[in-house]
Amino acid sequence: MSVQSPVEPESDLAPAPRQPRRVGFSQTLSRWDVKVSPYLYISPFFILFFITGLFPILYTGYVSVHKWQLLQGQGDFVGFDNYVDVFKQKDFWLSLRNTLSIFVISAVPQVIAAILIAAFLDQNLRAKTFWRMGVLLPYVVAPVAVGLIFGRLFADQSGLINAWLGAFGIDPVRWHVDPLASHIAIATMVNFRWTGYNALIFLAAMQAVPRELYEAAIIDGAGRVRSFFSVTIPQIRATVLFVVITSTIGGLQIFDEPRVFDSAGAGGASRQWLTTTLYLYNTGWSGQYNLGRAAAIAWLLFVLILVIGLVNFALTQRIASGSSSGPGKKVKRQSKRYDSNRTSA
Amino acid sequence: MRKTTRKFLAATAGVASIALLATACSSDDPKPASTGDATKDSKPITLTVATFNNFGYTDELLAEYTKTHPNVTVKQTVAAKSEDARTNLTTKLAAGGAGLADVEAIEIDWLPELIQSSDKFLDLNSDEVEGRWLEFKTKPATAADGKLIGYGTDVGPEAICYRSDLFEAAGLPTDPAEVAELLGGDGATWDKYFEVGKTFVDKSESAWFDSANAIYQGMVNQLEAAYENTDGTPIPLAENDQVKGLYETVTGAQVQELSAHLGQWSEDWTASFQKNGFATMLCPAWMTGPIEQNSGGITGWNIADVFPGGGGNWGGSYLTVPAAGANAEAAKELAAWLTSPEIQVKAFLNAGTFPSQTEALTDPALTDAKNDFFNNAPVGTIFGNRYKAIKVTPFKGPNYFSIHQTVGDAITKVDVDKSADSAAAWQGALDAFNALGL
Repeated sequence: MSVQSPVEPESDLAPAPRQPRRVGFSQTLSRWDVKVSPYLYISPFFILFFITGLFPILYTGYVSVHKWQLLQGQGDFVGFDNYVDVFKQKDFWLSLRNTLSIFVISAVPQVIAAILIAAFLDQNLRAKTFWRMGVLLPYVVAPVAVGLIFGRLFADQSGLINAWLGAFGIDPVRWHVDPLASHIAIATMVNFRWTGYNALIFLAAMQAVPRELYEAAIIDGAGRVRSFFSVTIPQIRATVLFVVITSTIGGLQIFDEPRVFDSAGAGGASRQWLTTTLYLYNTGWSGQYNLGRAAAIAWLLFVLILVIGLVNFALTQRIASGSSSGPGKKVKRQSKRYDSNRTSA
Repeated sequence: MRKTTRKFLAATAGVASIALLATACSSDDPKPASTGDATKDSKPITLTVATFNNFGYTDELLAEYTKTHPNVTVKQTVAAKSEDARTNLTTKLAAGGAGLADVEAIEIDWLPELIQSSDKFLDLNSDEVEGRWLEFKTKPATAADGKLIGYGTDVGPEAICYRSDLFEAAGLPTDPAEVAELLGGDGATWDKYFEVGKTFVDKSESAWFDSANAIYQGMVNQLEAAYENTDGTPIPLAENDQVKGLYETVTGAQVQELSAHLGQWSEDWTASFQKNGFATMLCPAWMTGPIEQNSGGITGWNIADVFPGGGGNWGGSYLTVPAAGANAEAAKELAAWLTSPEIQVKAFLNAGTFPSQTEALTDPALTDAKNDFFNNAPVGTIFGNRYKAIKVTPFKGPNYFSIHQTVGDAITKVDVDKSADSAAAWQGALDAFNALGL
């Protein structure tokens, strides 16, 4: 009912402000209280964000235009040389390819699976809490532990998965050699960890969908599938957007899983699964100890995430609004009418 | 928010704060070392020792120090993996040394990088420790100006570990002395090692050795200047005939036929111990631990007192004293005590870390030491002999590991991945070398 409540209360406010003759200090204070206090209350977040978020981002930019070694510290100002150097590195482009590939293989199935799982959990199940907790369980496991376990499963010769494939007469997949196979293996670890977490976020959104909408849809003769696409999806649009944006940010920063995928942590002999964050780490903290160049990579990654995030934002908005127009909207409108009829009755 | 998001923020925050602290502190000179013997003061102090894995420094052993130095309490922090300790050390050094332990343990492989910042460490030269180690142990820890930044703890003299049961099945001798003789005894060469390998694989299902990269590692550690001239300038890889020769040997058909095609420390490598994957391994003293761990239920392992191409060292650690510590002089004294022959022999008995002190080699506690798992091989004597056989001090400059990785990756492509042939992978190594921009 809250969904369609009219925006009337504003009219009550209009005649309210009647100026008193003299403004006492206490009244000034209380006016400041009304105006300033909210900002004061939310300021801890922004102060912390400035110290731990914004400042480091800017400082990273400062580092990236200098020659900068981990142990020797700041060197000469070199302008955009670090960026040019990064662009010249074959490994950087390889890492972009790998990052995007792993991102697509992980994020897309992950969001779809999460919505489906959430839809199932949203039904009237027995032992609800058990299933919901079960879905979250993989999230509790530390990423490195996930990496170690899946490292065993995906071992080329001695791994369980290749043994299963062998049982069906399929040739063993060379998980640590073939680029695409290694991306699938790493994406599997990411999905294992994040699908349940996202499913719970979707579930929370789904439970906020007014049940009347479903009742109306059922009365209108919509089946489960239809009401899922025409009621649930349009209603959780904002959440889909949120999850897509966070998985974009997370998916483009995949680090733990590729790092522990083999013992060397360099992303494979041909850099088959070197992701950009891993490349950043290896540039700054092992081998070259070149913080200047690592900072340049960090900034490039930041820009890339921004761009892909915006693209996803636009896409998700179109998809979500696209599916809510047409038949979906009709159901909603009808339910509204039905609903208001009921309240007026 | 997802954890990765926070990690990104944390990482950028880390970069920036490190950088900030580095600039803030770089103007401070390290504290001048206090004159006089710090421990003579009765002021009670606590010294921390940061180690990793297992150095063999038990609480009882550390308590012994307090007996002779009543005002000193020694505490140890142990990192589970050496990489963790390394990140901790380099990050805090970059930040000016705050938060470091009084004594920090390091691995030999970190030295090319740390020696460039030798001003961040206390000079450990003293008459007391003069001649305590062989030159190959002290030289990597000595800066160009003669400053010594680390006291050697253990070393990794290499022998050959082998599976006597697989040897027997293939009709080769099984007794350690005979095996050593078979591989050429004192005059053992790599060619001889590969030749015996050929006769072995002809009669066995198992491979001769585990990994071509391990073999290459053993060979390259016998070169005086593998990738860089002794003044630190890198040798262009394309002109490096020495390294190319070794590369062609280990990726050539003759040696590839002997390989189990495994990457060391990979899951498949660990699993192959149980599957009779290979019959021999290059075996630094500390490798006996991982072999035992991975070979539960297998009884055939033994150690031959021989190594192809003369002696070789792989790995080993040092204790350093960061100059920024408040009790640096007292810490130096503690580090000297911990790396004394007597204490290192005790550490060896605790954890199997082979002492690097020449005097320790004649200690009966060491020479009598045997390893049950390796069929009671007299490990103390064997590795002592192997230690004395080390004649070469390989020079490892600042770019050693970057260049080594380009060649190592190429060998992995040929040996493990089989994604390129020897010539194509070498070309890949040359490209990677050029991309380093040295």
